[in-house]
Amino acid sequence: MIDESLRWVDDRLGIAKGGRTFLDKIFPDHWSFMLGEIALYSFVVLLGTGVFLSLYYVPSAHEIIYHGSYLPLRGQRVSEAYASTVGLSFDVRSGLLMRQAHHWAADIFVGAIAVHMARVFFTGAFRKPREFNWIVGVTMLILAIVNGFLGYSLPDDLVSGTGIRIAYSIIESVPLVGSYLAFFLFGGNYPGSGVIIPRFFIIHVLIVPLILLGLLGAHLGLLVKQKHTQFPGKSKSERNVVGSPMFPTFMAKTTGFLFMTTGVIFLLGGFVQINPIWQFGQYESYKISYAVQPDWYMGWLDGALRIMPSWEWVGWGHTIPLEVFLPAVIFPGIVFNIFYTWPFIESRHTKDLAYHNLLDRPRDRPKRTAAGAAMLGLLGTVFFASSTDVMANFFDLPLMGVLWFFRIAVIVVPIVSYFLAYQICNELRQAEGLGKRKRALAVTLTESGEYRTEESEPRPGDGAGVELEPVPVPAFIDVVPPELATGEGVRRVMR
Amino acid sequence: MSAEDDHSVSPLPPAALDDPHLQPYARRPEAAQTVAAVAMVIGFLGFIGFGVSYWVVASTQWQAATFGIGLFGFGFGVTAWGKYLMPQGPFVEERHQFHSTEAERDAMTAAVVERGGMVVKRRKVLGGLFALGSTAMGIVLLFPLLRSLGPKPGRTLFQTNWKKGSKAVTINGRQVYEEDLEVGGVMTVFPEGFEGSSPDQVILIRLADTTQPLSAPGRTSWGVAGYVAYSKLCTHLGCPVGLYQEQTQQLVCPCHQSVFNVLAGAVPEFGPAPRPLPQLPITVDAQGRLRANGTFDQAVGPGFWERP
Ligand code: HEM
Ligand code: FES
Repeated sequence: MIDESLRWVDDRLGIAKGGRTFLDKIFPDHWSFMLGEIALYSFVVLLGTGVFLSLYYVPSAHEIIYHGSYLPLRGQRVSEAYASTVGLSFDVRSGLLMRQAHHWAADIFVGAIAVHMARVFFTGAFRKPREFNWIVGVTMLILAIVNGFLGYSLPDDLVSGTGIRIAYSIIESVPLVGSYLAFFLFGGNYPGSGVIIPRFFIIHVLIVPLILLGLLGAHLGLLVKQKHTQFPGKSKSERNVVGSPMFPTFMAKTTGFLFMTTGVIFLLGGFVQINPIWQFGQYESYKISYAVQPDWYMGWLDGALRIMPSWEWVGWGHTIPLEVFLPAVIFPGIVFNIFYTWPFIESRHTKDLAYHNLLDRPRDRPKRTAAGAAMLGLLGTVFFASSTDVMANFFDLPLMGVLWFFRIAVIVVPIVSYFLAYQICNELRQAEGLGKRKRALAVTLTESGEYRTEESEPRPGDGAGVELEPVPVPAFIDVVPPELATGEGVRRVMR
Repeated sequence: MSAEDDHSVSPLPPAALDDPHLQPYARRPEAAQTVAAVAMVIGFLGFIGFGVSYWVVASTQWQAATFGIGLFGFGFGVTAWGKYLMPQGPFVEERHQFHSTEAERDAMTAAVVERGGMVVKRRKVLGGLFALGSTAMGIVLLFPLLRSLGPKPGRTLFQTNWKKGSKAVTINGRQVYEEDLEVGGVMTVFPEGFEGSSPDQVILIRLADTTQPLSAPGRTSWGVAGYVAYSKLCTHLGCPVGLYQEQTQQLVCPCHQSVFNVLAGAVPEFGPAPRPLPQLPITVDAQGRLRANGTFDQAVGPGFWERP
């Protein structure tokens, strides 16, 4: 049956040869390779829940009187966008679950991309020949952040509306063309001519997801073509990949993982409230809610805006709002440019032009690890700076003090992180055997009442000499319990 | 030999039934199978439970619990199956050089350079016209793509709807009278007919129960009857400066905590805001209604290039 259909398809498409190779594709077994999968699967959840939402959400700033089932809002003038999102939450069965799952999936998506990227960075997986995939990855990170911002702007509630207002002013701050860009995008002076919600909507549900899908295809295609990197180890070399085959082992593990990731997202979506827009109320440009905080992945920009001194440049009949332009345009521009060009910066510095399929341990590349730590220190500091007011309240400190603390920290923390990480790397390298898996100790009580401690049997991964020589994937794999297997039972496995 | 040929199907040496590569990873496969089976049963029950709760108790929590636990259990079972019960390997795959040979590269370069050279050198006119035409197309396509999006800013950013004599009204269009606010009270007002309009929002503060003119030096006549009025748009990023602290007589912007000193003409004393809030001169007419006594002397809101 399968044989026949395959024959039919292969006659027309010639898939058998490549298909077989694909099924044999080897995936190295290491937990850190799951991070990219989390990102991929939360994107799958975003697509699924997003399609559900778009069946109900109305992308319109048109004002109507709310008549839904959420009593406190009855009779109020709200936009159709807001009313339909509240409707999704209360009047559509499963709607709130889908909405909150969509929002959680977005937060997890960006987080997983960031952690995945850190893994790739600290292990040197971006080196030749994988620079393209690094660039594709950075682009997907930017698009994920952008789409997250666009998405949470859609409900037209008080919190997200404030975010749109800020985005408008940031665009306006660009020298020379800023006010033109802002007027074009919004269709006029803020809040514009009512076009921003429909525009954000189509970018959010069509344009960015389409680009993301294309990039994702490129990302995974390159992964298949260039094959996985792997950590060094027994029998692992620059010329091979050791691990589990695509089919069936990896497929089973990853399919299961898709379900598990989705399960966690839906549990969060049902039990942990996120973005309760009915409490925030409809956005009005003259209203503001307190302790406004954007989604976490916007925090670093908000923090940078807060700690920037008020350096407006005025001269020759023009104004450059540096207090906005520097932290909100130039700063992320520099950060993403460093991300994009890092593989080239590094290879220029190390003069290393070789292919690299074996990963580095972070400690073995102290300078790179230290540079990464400095970047994390910088981004972490500005991220926390986005809650200066909350901290001042919580610790009962003067806001001025907290602000100055962060202004100094933003310079000191990256420098300290750099040298600290550098030092830790060097010390770790001197301690041999550190980081090797410990063997368990089994305590037994002998008949004579004596306690004995024995090391347990070595397991794969201990590096204790139990590692098998890797073999090519056989054509079929039949698991036979060791008891049944006799030395004579020799089966011919054809490849 | 090209890279593709390396993949040619080759027979494997015989593999023994007791080849450790083909053993499951789990030390006790039967126990692992039980765990995987239980997890998948939980998954199955969860899915059924979701179906039931959709129709019977459609609460978000029930749906999430059934569906989420179902997905997680199911996924856990399938993952455990893959991780613990499938052959542990390790298996290996050779990497192949995927770059081309020098000869192939040279051929490609030659194709580009020579054919390209032919086009550029021998048909200079056509090549030039092609470049010209496609550039022109690209540029004119930008017109509808960009220019149709919205109007040019012109002087819009410098204007509001406040004119000398505009009546100050609340968001509901109600007239504001001199006795409407207690000392220390604030209120958001708009020019009559433009209620809710973003650039026109003004914060009206009653500083004192007096008829004395108030406010910054040189602008003493801009306030009236203990009232002063400032644009409510933060000069940082345009958030409404919504918080008035009466004791310190400061306006605070909740977005990035810029603080403006109301007594000193709303100059920023703290935070990222670079400029004072523009002040609206106000007066009281014969009926006791608050009116604008002119308009702002500068653009309201955040900074932009055209601002002098
Ligand atoms: C990169 C992928 C995506 C990200 C990061 C993302 C993120 C978000 C976020 C954070 C929200 C706000 C949800 C809330 O109300 O709390 C949202 C709303 C929305 N998203 Fe997405 N989304 C993505 C893809 C999609 C796709 C592919 C679709 C449709 C096919 C979609 C449709 C919608 C709709 C209709 C809304 C408005 C309804 C609502 O706010 O509940 N999204 N998105
Ligand atoms: S918008 Fe007011 S401080 Fe940033």
